[in-house]
Amino acid sequence: MTQREILQHSPQSLIEKYPFLSSFFEGQHWMTKFNPNQPLAELFSLIDEEQAEDHAFDMHDFLDQLMDFIAEMQAFIGKESFVVNKLTILPGTNKSGENEGFEKLEFEPRTITSIVGPTGSGKSRLLADIEWVAQGDTPTKRKILINEELPDNAWRFSGNRKLVAQLSQNMNFVMDLSVKDFLELHAKSRMVTDSGALINKIISYANELAGEKFSPDTAITALSGGQSRALMIADTALLSQSPVVLIDEIENAGIDRKKALEILTGEDKIVLMATHDPLLALMADQRIVIKKGGIHSVIKTSAEERALMAELEKADLKQQQIRTALRSGAVLQYKMNV
Amino acid sequence: MNLVTISGPPSSGKTAVILKAAENLKNRGLKVGAVKFDCLHTDDDLAYEKAGIPVKKGLSGSLCPDHYFVSNIEAVTAWGLEENFDVLVSESAGLCNRCSPYIKEIKAVCVIDNLSGINTPRKIGPMLRMADIVVITKGDIVSQAEREVFAAGVYAVNPGAVIMHVNGLTGQGAYELSTLLFDENLKIDTLKGKKLRFSMPSALCSYCLGETRIGESYQMGNVRKIDIKNN
Repeated sequence: MTQREILQHSPQSLIEKYPFLSSFFEGQHWMTKFNPNQPLAELFSLIDEEQAEDHAFDMHDFLDQLMDFIAEMQAFIGKESFVVNKLTILPGTNKSGENEGFEKLEFEPRTITSIVGPTGSGKSRLLADIEWVAQGDTPTKRKILINEELPDNAWRFSGNRKLVAQLSQNMNFVMDLSVKDFLELHAKSRMVTDSGALINKIISYANELAGEKFSPDTAITALSGGQSRALMIADTALLSQSPVVLIDEIENAGIDRKKALEILTGEDKIVLMATHDPLLALMADQRIVIKKGGIHSVIKTSAEERALMAELEKADLKQQQIRTALRSGAVLQYKMNV
Repeated sequence: MNLVTISGPPSSGKTAVILKAAENLKNRGLKVGAVKFDCLHTDDDLAYEKAGIPVKKGLSGSLCPDHYFVSNIEAVTAWGLEENFDVLVSESAGLCNRCSPYIKEIKAVCVIDNLSGINTPRKIGPMLRMADIVVITKGDIVSQAEREVFAAGVYAVNPGAVIMHVNGLTGQGAYELSTLLFDENLKIDTLKGKKLRFSMPSALCSYCLGETRIGESYQMGNVRKIDIKNN
C-alpha cells in the first residue's frame, strides 16, 4: 500500500486488513481520543499542536513507522524465506591468529551439537558470531551462511527475527502472570492466533519434563527451578521464532534432559549446547572443541562413545532413583536394582 | 569525530553497555571520549576514568536535565573535537520518559532493560520511538519468552530501529554494537544549526520559578489540571 492509500484508511479498517497492526496502534497514545473509524488523513487534521506535543506525535514519523511495520510484518508472516534448513560456519582464526581446525561446519534442523572447552575459551564468541551472522567482520573472522547462501541482513538488524534463542541456568521468569496468561502473551507477541491448543501442548510437554506437575493457573514466579526450566524449554521449542537454540548447560536436578533435547529437535530446532557434563556432551551428534578462542576440532560422536554414554545413563538413572528414594524418606541399601 | 547520544531509563545499563562497546572501539585504534549528563549525582565518571576514557560530567541540579543537555551539548562537542576523539559518547538518563535528547543526523541509541516491565516500551516516548538503535539489556536473567515479548513490544513502538541484545556484564553483543557506533560518513565538526529530533516538554509555571506553596492561587503560567470528573 502506498502512503496515499494508507491515508484514506481508518485505523479500524487497517486493523481489519492487517490484524497485526493492533499492537502498533496500541502504542499510539494520541489515537485514543479519536474515532478509530475515521480515515487517517482526517485524524491528522484534527490533532492540534498541543495534543501533538503532548503525545510527541509527528505525522511524518508516524507514517514512516507505520509503513515500516506493515512491510516487515508482511515479510515475516507471508514468506518461507526465513526457514533455516542449513546453517554453515566457515572457519576464521583463534586468538593467536591461527586457522581454525575445520573446513566447514554444518548444522541442520533436528540435530544436536555440543560445545566443549574451558571457561573463557571462546564459547560465547562462537554463539555471538552465529547470532550476529558474522561475515568475516568479527574478531574471529568467521563467516556464517544460511541455507548455503549469504544471509539476509534482516537476521542481523530486525527486532522481530532473531536467529538464536537462548536457554541458560541463570534465567528466571520475572513477570507476574499465570502460566496460561504468560504463554498467551508470548503467542500474541508472535502474532499466533488461536493459540489455545498450542498453549496446552506446551504445558503438557513441560509437565512431562519436570517431575512435579503444575497447572495452567500457577503463577510462573511460583514454579520450582525444574518446572521453570521445563516450561522455558517447552515454550522455546514451540513458540520461539528462532530456528537455533543455544543451551548453556541443563542442570541435572528436576528435569528429564534427554526428553528436553528430544522436544527441541522434534520441533525442527538446530540445538547447540555448551556443557561440561559428559552425558550431555555425548548426547549430541557432534561436538565442537574450543581452545584459545577458536574451534580446535569437530568430533562426530562415535559408536564407542555412544556405548560409553549408555553406561553413564545407567549411573545417572541410579542417581536419580536414589534422589527420589531419599526425598520420600527411604533407607538405602548398598545394592540397588535399577 | 562521531557524536553518539545514548539515553535510557535510570539503571538500565547505559554505562556498562558504553564501556563494553568503547573497549571494542579502542581495540580498533579509535579514540573514545565520554560525557555523562545526570541530575543530582553520578559516579559513572569514575567508571569511565578507570577504563581510560576521558570524561566530562554535567549535573543539571534543579534544572530540567534535558534542557540542560541541549544547552551544553555544543560546548561538550567542541571539547571532544579539541581532544581529537574519533567517537564522543554522550550519556544521559531519560528521567521523565517524555524526552529524547536526540539530534537530527546524530546517531541515537536508547538502552532499555528486560526487567523494566512489559508495558515499559509503550510508556517511554520519543526516547525510544526516535532512536536509531535500541539496545536491550539484562537478557541473561530473564526467560527467552520474556525477551521475545519485550523485543516485540519495542518493535511495535519503533519498527525502524535496529534492536540488539547486549549484556553489560559479559559484554556479549557489545562488539556488534560498537561496529554500528563509528561511521566515517557521519563525522561532524560542529553542532551549530542542527536540530533536536523532537521538542522538549514546555513548562513555565510558578513552581519552575521556585514557588513551594500548594494551592490554586499560587499556580501561574503553564498549568494543567487532571479532569477528575471525566477521568
